[in-house]
Amino acid sequence: MSEFLQQLINGLSLGAIYALIALGYTMVYGVLRFINFAHSDVFMVGSFIGYYLGKIIPENTVWGGLAILLGAMLGCALLGMLIERLAYRRLRGGPTLNVLITAIGVALLLEYSGQVFFGATPRTFPSVFPSANFSFGSLVISSNQIIVIVVAALLMVALQLIVYRTKIGTAMRAVSLNPKAAQLVGVNNDVVISFTFGLGSALAGAGGILYALNYPSIDPLMGVMPGLKAFVAAVLGGIGNIPGAALGGLLLGTVETFVNGSQWSTYKDAIAFAILIIILLFRPAGLLGKFTVEKV
Amino acid sequence: MRLLLLLSLLLPLPFSASAADTGPIKIGQYGAFSGKEAAFGVAARKGVILAFDEANAAGGLLGRKLELITEDNQSKAGESATIAKKFVSRDKVVAVLGGNPSINSLEAAPIFQNAKLPMVAISSTNPRVTEMGPYIFRVCFIDPFQGAVLAKFAKDTLHAKRAAILTSVNNPYSVGIAKVFREKFTAAGGEVVIEQKHSEGDKDFRAQLTAIKSAKPDVIFHSSNYTEGALICIQARQLGFTGPLFGGDAWEAPQLIEIGGKAVEGTYYSTHASPESTAPEMRNFIKKFHGRWAGENPDSIAALGYDAAQLLFDAIRRAGTTDSAPLRDAIATTSGFSGATGKITIDKDRNATKSAVIITVKDGKFAYVETVDP
Repeated sequence: MSEFLQQLINGLSLGAIYALIALGYTMVYGVLRFINFAHSDVFMVGSFIGYYLGKIIPENTVWGGLAILLGAMLGCALLGMLIERLAYRRLRGGPTLNVLITAIGVALLLEYSGQVFFGATPRTFPSVFPSANFSFGSLVISSNQIIVIVVAALLMVALQLIVYRTKIGTAMRAVSLNPKAAQLVGVNNDVVISFTFGLGSALAGAGGILYALNYPSIDPLMGVMPGLKAFVAAVLGGIGNIPGAALGGLLLGTVETFVNGSQWSTYKDAIAFAILIIILLFRPAGLLGKFTVEKV
Repeated sequence: MRLLLLLSLLLPLPFSASAADTGPIKIGQYGAFSGKEAAFGVAARKGVILAFDEANAAGGLLGRKLELITEDNQSKAGESATIAKKFVSRDKVVAVLGGNPSINSLEAAPIFQNAKLPMVAISSTNPRVTEMGPYIFRVCFIDPFQGAVLAKFAKDTLHAKRAAILTSVNNPYSVGIAKVFREKFTAAGGEVVIEQKHSEGDKDFRAQLTAIKSAKPDVIFHSSNYTEGALICIQARQLGFTGPLFGGDAWEAPQLIEIGGKAVEGTYYSTHASPESTAPEMRNFIKKFHGRWAGENPDSIAALGYDAAQLLFDAIRRAGTTDSAPLRDAIATTSGFSGATGKITIDKDRNATKSAVIITVKDGKFAYVETVDP
């Protein structure tokens, strides 16, 4: 039983990171109806911003850790907005496939220029937050795992508030519903889309820091696998749906951890993806997604 | 470019060095100089460069200068084979040094064997490497020996009765050494209570370690690379496992301590030689290494790289030519060659018979524990 609970804790802390990245995919999809494949590399850049900030900000302090987290979120938000401005904006209105391929291009550009600027060798991520282990009987939870779960939960609540309780959130939902109509009633689409990218990328940046806290070996290709998993999580929960992305991430992280701890660990990705296929067979729009018929 | 490479492969390849008898002798080295296994390739290359500088300062070999051509496989699967083809068809090297992780050598060796180009693997310990054919050699011990050393160490020195094994499934080195360890440890009266698996490049091992911890082992043996090893130590300690963890020679890298920090304190690994050895060959090598690389301390992989290059030079000298057949025979008859890592004799299976040392991490530094002879 205690092994089960321990695996559950492990799974939730992994899932929380998937969920944070998944939110970025889902938000951009919700507004623009395309998958921003460069998102997982913004996540990688977030870790590297943290790595370099860690050299100037004192380690092992709560305030230093928060400063690094905010720095990475800010840096990634700017990067996300820049990518949108330079690569995607011109293609808006064109076929979705063009933007999709551009997104893959931007992803590769970030990965390989990362190898040039940061080097291809894995770096050691500094321990930015003070760390400790807490044990409850035979259960052990590390402070980093708690930080991951708490920060992820706070950011998701904040996101939900922004989207449903603020003016810009209303504008985002309006653009998502119908961009042309939104423009007609005075919404500046450029600003809203730029904001969406900034917000999603900031979450990826936070994800990058939280991921590196738990797995302190970072390299320019580190975003690829978590990015893919997060994308799957977003689809699993119903792409375009914010609570769905969070649920999908947690579910995927937990399933992966349980498979990993069993004797079938070699098949962990195969099993995780098989579950995705089964869920999509029964609920084509994902767990929380609403299936909509496209109007002609 | 790729088409050209393919075309050049289709052409017959004359392997006499007649065209370039007066030019420099070209020798290739491939390895991981970047990426997650970079520590091995970078260390080996520093040792090899030192050997080349020395030989060239002494006037080269057979009256010709030596030229080292290095290629980086970026720690990626498949790259070593591409490099091997380049060495054979474009660079026309006379011999090849390298291959650190066995998986790289297993990719490249069949290509060199087909081209009848001698290859001296530096630290590839999987037995299958030299089984690829008579042109493939190595200067290190093999995993059946290393696995037995680790099993004996776990049983006798660590007094472990229950061991857990964590293997990387897509790494032939890891799978091979884990198999030997299991057999030897069980034969010595120990019990392998649980075996868990991960894949190369994984970063989250908490699930496997939680399962391992519930099986209550005395020790954990991780049979893959330092990148995973360091993260495994961190996560095992976070999950409250207090027993010793240990690995094979793939744990040897400064990054083990750099990434692992306090968590790798008190862990062990087996390797080829200790820089703390008092043997004059090792002291001499370290002195020269300090001179060439600004006071940097070599690890045993750097020493093996140096030895591999010296052994090859010795064979070229004895063969009196760089033609592949006589050169191969000269390498095969190497006997009692005194290298930085000890006396090297190439046996009939083209492996080196060597002793192993156990190293531990103490106060953030590597420290020598004991030497185990074959």
